[in-house]
Amino acid sequence: MKPRFRTSYDADIDRFQGRWHRAQYLLLIAVAVAAPWMLGAYYVGELSSVLVWSLAGLGLMLLVGHTGQVSLGHAAFMAIGAFTHLALMLRGWPFLPALIAATLASGISGALLALPILRLSGIYLAIATLALGILVEDLAIIAEPITGGVRGLVAPPIDMFGFTIDRYGTPIAFYYLCLSVVVLVTLAYANLLRSPTGRAFMAVRDSEISARALGVNITRTKTLAFALSCAITGLAGALYAHLAQAVNFESFLVIISIALLLQVIVGGLGSIHGAFFGAVVIVLLPQGIAIGRDLLADVGIRVAAYPGLDMAVFAVIIIVLMILEPRGLYGVWIRVRTWLELFPLYRKGMFKRARSYLKTERLK
Amino acid sequence: MSLLQVNNVSLSFGGIRAIDGVSFSVEPGEVFTIVGPNGAGKSSLFNLISRFYHPAGGAIRFDGEDLLERKPHEVIDAGIARTFQNIELFDHATVLDNLLIGRHSRRQTRWFEDLLFLPRVRREERSHRRAVEEVIDFLELAAYRDRMIQGLPYGVRKVVEIAQALVSQPKLLLLDEPASGLSVEETENMAWWIEDMQKDLGLTIVMVEHDMGLVSQVSDRVLAIAEGRPLAEGSPAEIQAHPEVIRAWLGGVGE
Repeated sequence: MKPRFRTSYDADIDRFQGRWHRAQYLLLIAVAVAAPWMLGAYYVGELSSVLVWSLAGLGLMLLVGHTGQVSLGHAAFMAIGAFTHLALMLRGWPFLPALIAATLASGISGALLALPILRLSGIYLAIATLALGILVEDLAIIAEPITGGVRGLVAPPIDMFGFTIDRYGTPIAFYYLCLSVVVLVTLAYANLLRSPTGRAFMAVRDSEISARALGVNITRTKTLAFALSCAITGLAGALYAHLAQAVNFESFLVIISIALLLQVIVGGLGSIHGAFFGAVVIVLLPQGIAIGRDLLADVGIRVAAYPGLDMAVFAVIIIVLMILEPRGLYGVWIRVRTWLELFPLYRKGMFKRARSYLKTERLK
Repeated sequence: MSLLQVNNVSLSFGGIRAIDGVSFSVEPGEVFTIVGPNGAGKSSLFNLISRFYHPAGGAIRFDGEDLLERKPHEVIDAGIARTFQNIELFDHATVLDNLLIGRHSRRQTRWFEDLLFLPRVRREERSHRRAVEEVIDFLELAAYRDRMIQGLPYGVRKVVEIAQALVSQPKLLLLDEPASGLSVEETENMAWWIEDMQKDLGLTIVMVEHDMGLVSQVSDRVLAIAEGRPLAEGSPAEIQAHPEVIRAWLGGVGE
């Protein structure tokens, strides 16, 4: 929007565009670091939950938002991450090596599954990944020696650098653990996007035929995207295991995969911000509804506790967003930011979508 | 020696013979144009050279090497870049990003280096950017550098697509109908770009085009094909006067 005066190529290559841009993110991190000291233990737990789901959302965002491949079975990779991590920890592995091993295991299984699955595209890919999600639900019961069968596994406390981190015992420490993992992954994600690998992902998303003509190996690129996506989601699964304290086959039902996909769509496909916005909505919406119900009760209106009300509200949000702002909450955020930056010069038609030309001559 | 040699290639889709024994060779530094009525197999020929299609028979050699041994995404490494009839740019990205994607075949870094953004990645990015800026200067795209593709006029997109092909520093450029959908003025500009690319960059260009004004202005040699078979080859003037060509286009006189 605003013209920028650039004096070197590095101005575009750098992660932050100028000092003000960097200051904004440093401020955000400062707020995130200070937050648990101002909130009660319950809300620190909720914030950790937002971070864990943001992480899972980042994983799916890489695949759906940046590479254009749909997955309806990503909870499967959370499961792989969570069970690998806990199984290793219960066999005496320290926390960090187990976490890294779980990330690698999810990434590698993602790559192996990608090879046959990524030959499909669009709705067929969605169905194949959905089947995968259902399959892992059952595998979580069958593979009893690893997953603890129907009972599942209980997360042991984390011992790291002489500290004991426990979700309920030391919620602030657990929050910082999640925060540091999320910051590291986000930085790596941002690096990817400003480098040739990230551009290849976006090329595959926007036009496979052109990407191929420009020298992008489509199969390799998709497999890499799937592997990285699954690795991040698996990492989120491992942290989720500690957040939930215990996981079994019911922790990673297909509904979780769908919620995760809705999360990145509501947040805004194709943006890192979107994964976070979506996580805030998906984690805090049930709380918001509960608080709203209490407020209504205070003024004398009694609303019964409808089960599934949060999902229904969520669905309405999605429908409204898809009609008004297909770029999701990130799109809303861009509008608000532009309005503030340009005040009072903002025009109504500024984000009107341009007419797109018909694309033909596709290979598929 | 010829830069590109297409030798007796044929291509079938089911029972339809899209291309049937077409041969031609392109000398370094020339502009070679393929003309023909709709459905003659011009774009299919391009897709054969890009390796999107595999020929049923025949050989394609480029720069002394068998092109048929390369996979589609490896063709650009050999030095062949192309544009598409219906513009295949990445709509949700800026002109700059589109051109940077065009540098993909020149990338040296591996994904894990990109993930960590090692100093080497930054050095590479700078050199990609320098190459991109040279092309932006050459095709006078500076005004559009940070614009999204989806907001650009059609004529500018055509030039951006050529720029995207140029940043890979190819030896041979395949232009699929560079003037289709352009206004008279834009077509004139396109003729200048093509002449500049031939003379200043020393590029060899193979082009498919319908606009005979543009064809005669920039082409050194023209090949006319119809129904997948070669009709005639020669200078633009020879082709326009060739009786077979006139019959294929307009229907024969006295038929």
